[in-house]
Amino acid sequence: MRERMMNINEQSKWYELTLGAEIYEPATSREVKTGEWRVLTPVFHNEQCKQCLLCVPFCPDVSIPVEDGVRLETDLDHCKGCGICAKVCSFGAITMEEV
Amino acid sequence: MKRDRMSGNEAVAFAMKQIDPDVMGAFPITPSTEIPQYYSKYIADGEVHTEFVAVESEHSAMSTCIGASAAGARAITATSSAGLAYMWELLYVAASSRLPITMAVVNRALTGPININNDHSDSMGCRDAGWIQIYAENNQEVYDNYIQAMPIAEHCRLPIMICQDGFITSHAVENIELLEDEQVRAFVGDYEPDHYLLKKGEPLAVGPYGISAYYMEIKKAQAEAMKDSRRRIYEVADAFAKMSGRRYGMIEEYMMDDAEFAVVLIGSSAGTAKAAARQLRDAGVKAGVVKVRVFRPFPWEELQSALSGVRAVAVMDKSEGFSGWGGPLFAETRAAMYDVCEAQRPLMMSFVYGLGGRDVTISTFDEIYGDLARTAEAGKVENIYRHVGVRGDEEGIQG
Repeated sequence: MRERMMNINEQSKWYELTLGAEIYEPATSREVKTGEWRVLTPVFHNEQCKQCLLCVPFCPDVSIPVEDGVRLETDLDHCKGCGICAKVCSFGAITMEEV
Repeated sequence: MKRDRMSGNEAVAFAMKQIDPDVMGAFPITPSTEIPQYYSKYIADGEVHTEFVAVESEHSAMSTCIGASAAGARAITATSSAGLAYMWELLYVAASSRLPITMAVVNRALTGPININNDHSDSMGCRDAGWIQIYAENNQEVYDNYIQAMPIAEHCRLPIMICQDGFITSHAVENIELLEDEQVRAFVGDYEPDHYLLKKGEPLAVGPYGISAYYMEIKKAQAEAMKDSRRRIYEVADAFAKMSGRRYGMIEEYMMDDAEFAVVLIGSSAGTAKAAARQLRDAGVKAGVVKVRVFRPFPWEELQSALSGVRAVAVMDKSEGFSGWGGPLFAETRAAMYDVCEAQRPLMMSFVYGLGGRDVTISTFDEIYGDLARTAEAGKVENIYRHVGVRGDEEGIQG
């Protein structure tokens, strides 16, 4: 039995799950949208941002992607809205808002 | 086949040596201490390849076994009493992760008052953790059960406890028959799990979060595995009988064919009960003994078959349970007999005995069989739940 995680869902029967709930593939946490837990959302103001990238290592959910030394929009599928990025930003480039 | 004299602890350590598992995580606790002690000597002498992980607690011992087993190793440990209690939360992790860890349990009372002697309150306390539990009457049996443990556990992907009575079998020396190393190695075989953390090319996550949408399905799978393990226990017992000439089942029936009065019990006291039954047979009393060897999965079919038609049955528990209504073996045995038709259903009583090393002798069983005869004559159970050998207990058995 080597069920892929994507084949298992809340309709799967008990004998269709893996033994011991083992997961036979890496990085399945990407498929779990923990962003649904969020109350406040970090809104990114690109014009204020100096690209110091301090928010990136502070994000506990690794939800601020960086490409070629530039931070991009927050990954809202996985950001839980903790607000640490807004707190550590010295330039007011991130604000926590109800959206 | 060679004979040797060994204590129960030595016999288990010797079986471990013959199997030569990959990892042992263990912490010493009386009366199981000798098992990792003997085994450490085998390691120091280079007789086995096992990695011994000296941990700071039993919580870590079981954690070590879980990690090792998930990594793909054959993992073992040994413990007793408070040490087993300290493993509690990890027992459930091992079982639900379906890791076939083998644990030697040397049964001992739980504190308090502080007590190092034998009873079954430790392993009875974790009877619902999802582990297979096999109990031994004597040193030969605990050796034989240990050799059978891994072929059962690894096939079912369930962890297994091989239990023996603290001091009574763990420290008493008996003559036993040992198998040859090659026989044991061939019987137990190599451990080749399908999935494990160190397997090249297959990333694996073990022990994930299982929310309410999944938890019950995982428990159902465990429950089905436990039910199915009965068939595997018999398969392994058959293969073991072919190799050794010694046959085991879920229970052992002694003089039960025409028995009118029976005691049901677990472990070393079965030997005393058999001696008492034999003497009573000579005196014309139709006494019999049912020894429960496998407690998990519970041998309800075997007990129904063994006890149907018996007039009166004493189910003896070496752990209190504090249900206020009899011990755990009693509760489950009596529940099994509910499905037997009324004409065949025996009168049944719970006797709690042997706690904290309290001795039971042949005269104890004489008195219990006498009580069963009186109960059968009266046609009803006067007192369903009693204790054995308690000073000042007028309703109990004093023997």
